Amino acid sequence: MNYFLTEEQQMIQELAAQVAREKIRPVRAQLDEQEEFPWEIMKILAQADLFGLYIPEAYGGMGGGIFENCLAIEQIAQICIGVATTFAASGLGAYPILLNGTEEQKDRYLPDIASGKRLAAFGLTESGAGSDVAGIKTTAVRDGEHYILNGTKQWITNGGEAEIYSVLALTDRSKGPRGASFFIVEKGDAGFSFGKKEKKLGIRASATRELVFQDCRVPKERLIGREGVGFITAMKTFDKSRPGIAALGVGLCQGALDIAVEYARKREQFGKPIISFQAIQHKLADMAIKTEASRALLYSVARHMDTEPPDSSKLAAMVKVFSGDTAMAVATEAVQVLGGYGYMQDYPLEKMMRDAKILQIYEGTNEIQRNIIGQELNKEYSRLKETFF
Amino acid sequence: MHIVVCIKQVPDTKNVRIDPNTHTLVRQGVESIINPFDLFAVEGALKIKDESGAKVTVMTMGPPQAEEALREVLSRGVDEAVLLSDRAFAGSDTWATSVTLSAAVRKLGDVDLIFCGKQAVDGDTAQVGPEVATLLDIPYATFVKKIEKLDDQYLKVTRQTDDGVEVWKLPTPALITVIKEMGEPRLPSLRHKMRAKKSQIPVWGIGELGLDANDVGLCGSFTQVVRVFSPPRRSDQLLITGTVEEQVEQLFSYLKEAKVPGV
Repeated sequence: MNYFLTEEQQMIQELAAQVAREKIRPVRAQLDEQEEFPWEIMKILAQADLFGLYIPEAYGGMGGGIFENCLAIEQIAQICIGVATTFAASGLGAYPILLNGTEEQKDRYLPDIASGKRLAAFGLTESGAGSDVAGIKTTAVRDGEHYILNGTKQWITNGGEAEIYSVLALTDRSKGPRGASFFIVEKGDAGFSFGKKEKKLGIRASATRELVFQDCRVPKERLIGREGVGFITAMKTFDKSRPGIAALGVGLCQGALDIAVEYARKREQFGKPIISFQAIQHKLADMAIKTEASRALLYSVARHMDTEPPDSSKLAAMVKVFSGDTAMAVATEAVQVLGGYGYMQDYPLEKMMRDAKILQIYEGTNEIQRNIIGQELNKEYSRLKETFF
Repeated sequence: MHIVVCIKQVPDTKNVRIDPNTHTLVRQGVESIINPFDLFAVEGALKIKDESGAKVTVMTMGPPQAEEALREVLSRGVDEAVLLSDRAFAGSDTWATSVTLSAAVRKLGDVDLIFCGKQAVDGDTAQVGPEVATLLDIPYATFVKKIEKLDDQYLKVTRQTDDGVEVWKLPTPALITVIKEMGEPRLPSLRHKMRAKKSQIPVWGIGELGLDANDVGLCGSFTQVVRVFSPPRRSDQLLITGTVEEQVEQLFSYLKEAKVPGV
């Protein structure tokens, strides 16, 4: 389908697809099996200039937006969302700096993130604060020219591998969410260490670890924005990053569909390729409809987001929810098309099905996304003078 | 340092079919790719550029469509490209190709190093590299897998031969033909891809190169391809088994029977 991409956007697609096809596909099973962090691939993506698509040229990026970043993520995700998650998570870690950092912070950190020289990560979730973000316990106490961080972040993507961390901590416990602030913490800072690497159902190429802060002293210049704006920065970051999660889902759908159709054309039962049976055709048709619908929504929302709309949480939530649920459904159905072969590790679909599940969970569960959408609808309609019945 | 890489467009050998009637290559619908060995040559040149900041120019002789191959190489980080294209070049054998390429190197002037793939996968002659060097009267080393810069005048090159490894000290300017071990070709980058798309690629014909139409193309070729065919499958196979002594004895009597001279 013609999505009216510019020449540059087509190049991004082509290039990301080439990296995925030539460099990721041959190793994806091994990365999954051995839970190996894809450093080699990160280097290739860096050399291809893909890490800085959404970062302004002034900070060493390519000067594109969410849409350009999503195009690259989608292509990588077609082959492996474990690798694509690792890639996209660096952007998630960069957004608080990009959105709310000082000029000095942007100059200091963004060029390395844009060039892929250093990976970034985002530290928000804690054992007691998942969907309930306001429940975080990590604190940052001002001490002269420094802040002292204490607490533990959980399930942090790129944890241990990234060198730049955007970490949310309470600077004023009494103010609740309004007392939260973001800090930049660097790997190697005294008092900053990592917990064990988590064993996961899927996206096993990505690294997930605890971040442990024990009297971790960082210069006060590492505070992102002002004290107390951390929660708002987190929400703005999610508005920017959730289309990226949707792009992972769209890519995964396409990857699963490609394998299912190819298999159905080759696999013979009752003397015919199974694609000649309506039971299979209808499954494939539904998968194709869902994939294209998911992509169409993603592209529309991503483009809309790049116009810097004042209020975009509802759309960011919609695209994340739709794509995640769709990817889970399409991956499950693709396994069904392959039958027993789909369940075996000889084909990549069992991995895709395991991988897809995370899309409904991370960066805000799909239930939380629906809450956001519901609350926004309530707000929007309360402002309307018009009645509909 | 100025490095020139010579590349060739070849049919994608993964999809090659031979017309059963004419016994020639079916070129219709066959995608052209850059000769895989030439990509190793590009990688070798780019490695030197990474290490010591050389300027790399890629050139190819071919039809106007060969420009596509040049842009592909530019997108991997090569600085400039030249297309050698002229109706007069059609039908060139390795000699006429080398005459054309060496004229282009002379026109560039300040060239320190020329890279070629060890051979093209369509013709498999491995002649063009050494011929270009000979015509330019510069030394050459073939089947090179590693290059180190010793100083401004000399390179240390490592050759892979059938018998082992040779390490040579090579004065520049020189020509090198490259094997796979030079390193896996890097992928394009977005910045280079965007630059490659916009690059103006000069096209040089016999006029620009100061060549006579009689010295290039079919007229300037000493050889002509009369026919391409798949050799018929040989049925007279003999499997020799047993101990080494028995095998030698069997082979000897077989050769004797076949009246092979000198047996």
